[in-house]
Amino acid sequence: MAKTILIRIVRMVTLIIGLSILTFWLIHISPMDPVNAYVGGDSSASPEQIEKIREYWGIDKSPAEQYFSWARSLLQGNFGISKLYRSPVISIIKSRAMTSFALMGTAWVLSGSLGYLLGVVSAMNRGKPLDKVIKWYSYTLVSTPIFWLGLILLIVFAVWLRWFPVGLAAPAGVLDSEVLFIDRVRHFVLPALTLSILGVANIAMHTREKMIDILNTEYVLFAKARGESKWQIFINHGFRNSIIPAISLQFAYFGELFGGSVLAEQVFAYPGLGSTLTTAGLKGDIPLLMGIILISSLFVFMGNFIADILNMVVDPRIKGDG
Amino acid sequence: MDKKKPEQNTRKKMVRMLAFSTILLLSILILSFILGDTNLRLNAGSKNLPPSSKHLFGTDWLGRDMLTRTIKGLRLSLAVGAFASMMSVVVATVMGTGAAIFGKKVDNAISWVIDLFIGMPHLVFMILISFIAGGGIRGIVLGVSFTHWMSLARVVRAEVLQLQNAEYIHISRSYGKSAWFIASKHILPSVFPQIMIGFLLMFPHVILHEAALTFLGFGLSPQTPAIGIILSEAMNHISTGKWWLVLFPGLLLVIVIKSFDNIGEQLRIMMEPTSSNE
Repeated sequence: MAKTILIRIVRMVTLIIGLSILTFWLIHISPMDPVNAYVGGDSSASPEQIEKIREYWGIDKSPAEQYFSWARSLLQGNFGISKLYRSPVISIIKSRAMTSFALMGTAWVLSGSLGYLLGVVSAMNRGKPLDKVIKWYSYTLVSTPIFWLGLILLIVFAVWLRWFPVGLAAPAGVLDSEVLFIDRVRHFVLPALTLSILGVANIAMHTREKMIDILNTEYVLFAKARGESKWQIFINHGFRNSIIPAISLQFAYFGELFGGSVLAEQVFAYPGLGSTLTTAGLKGDIPLLMGIILISSLFVFMGNFIADILNMVVDPRIKGDG
Repeated sequence: MDKKKPEQNTRKKMVRMLAFSTILLLSILILSFILGDTNLRLNAGSKNLPPSSKHLFGTDWLGRDMLTRTIKGLRLSLAVGAFASMMSVVVATVMGTGAAIFGKKVDNAISWVIDLFIGMPHLVFMILISFIAGGGIRGIVLGVSFTHWMSLARVVRAEVLQLQNAEYIHISRSYGKSAWFIASKHILPSVFPQIMIGFLLMFPHVILHEAALTFLGFGLSPQTPAIGIILSEAMNHISTGKWWLVLFPGLLLVIVIKSFDNIGEQLRIMMEPTSSNE
């Protein structure tokens, strides 16, 4: 077990290195000239200045040398300077990460528990109208663009009912320290709701399958023969066998979650990592773009890693040598 | 006897659903060619009209007919979706087959690459690729193509691995046929149905992600009728209560995606009658 985990960790490290190389290489082959992109429309920069930037960034060196110097500074926590915000990338990421993680964390917990619940209910009532409704709902959600769902919620709750404000994590024109907690909550509910509603589908359908498998086993049949009620069967057999796969599935869902939050943040103008990523991509802020890409990938790798470990714990037959 | 009857009904129902979805998609496609560009011209007389019998989906702030814009946008989505799905199917087939037939080392390398590509969030990866490609349709197609092949590649790999132990492959190999011959003459034809279904099931994802990318503003110019652009423009008009700009285009998109999903899913079930046939 310890050995398998070690192998996993080594593999994850190689993947992270691979990912940084891939990202670097992709940016490198892009036709964009980083110096031009950096200077931008600023025509006041003289050729000498541009030459200096070129030298400073080491653009004349070979790609491999550039990569290593870049990776070295990454390891020291130096992600470069964002040209949009004129401040270190790492501090921008830090300041946005909390708002994003609050959003994703809430959605993760809500969608996970609700999805699990729906999956169980659906499986225990297999073939009945309730099951059909849940199935239909989940399959429809899978086909629904998250940004459209967000817009619909915005129309219903913010424009028609006026329960929530349109956009932004805090009211405009108020100092950050003076923002009331209740205001933050009001701006937080709709994006979190959007993200949660959509996350339900995946876990509900998987839990349903898993529960149906469990309910078809002989030990459940025997439990029924002993006269256990539906609830007892769930508590004694269903829950134990289905909860860890469900949690591991939720961990493997980090990638989708992050993608969803990029879109939700855009719709609700919520200032998290996702909307910063979009801005960085649209405005060509390469250091910021790369920083967020790496951080989000790290986040997804962690999720996948935890999911793998959980799967191993549940099922000793999966021994990572496949 | 009792069991057989509902079984047939399920089959009939499946065929009906298949036909329904296909007809729906075809009619959207045909409609996109029938509807002229005249409805897309700026029309001062019909600005901001709510849905009516003349403009089923209403009109926008420039007086353009939303139904026409939506249908044309969906045509673009379908075109991008078809092309990008095809590209990712090709990548998936090459990777999956390669992993299965070229031995342990290649298999490990490819499964590492798959893990690598799964590690970056889908959408983030697409943003990166379309950013590098300099936006435009090209960026979107590339971005979508290179981020959707992984799961199909795994399916293909498993399928090919299984086939490799089949008698006739062994015989073919003992006759001294090359790996290439076996791959193209024996294995590919057998996994082709899987690949086709993979293609159909990929379609909805691709369309969804294409819409997401254009919604975020990567790629297309604002004049292009694309669902993502329509919705991101509509976002600015939400607070004034023009709900129809958002509701109908998105709803139609959901219906299109669900239809594709439906077609793929039904075909998959038909191909493997033993699997969960409910």
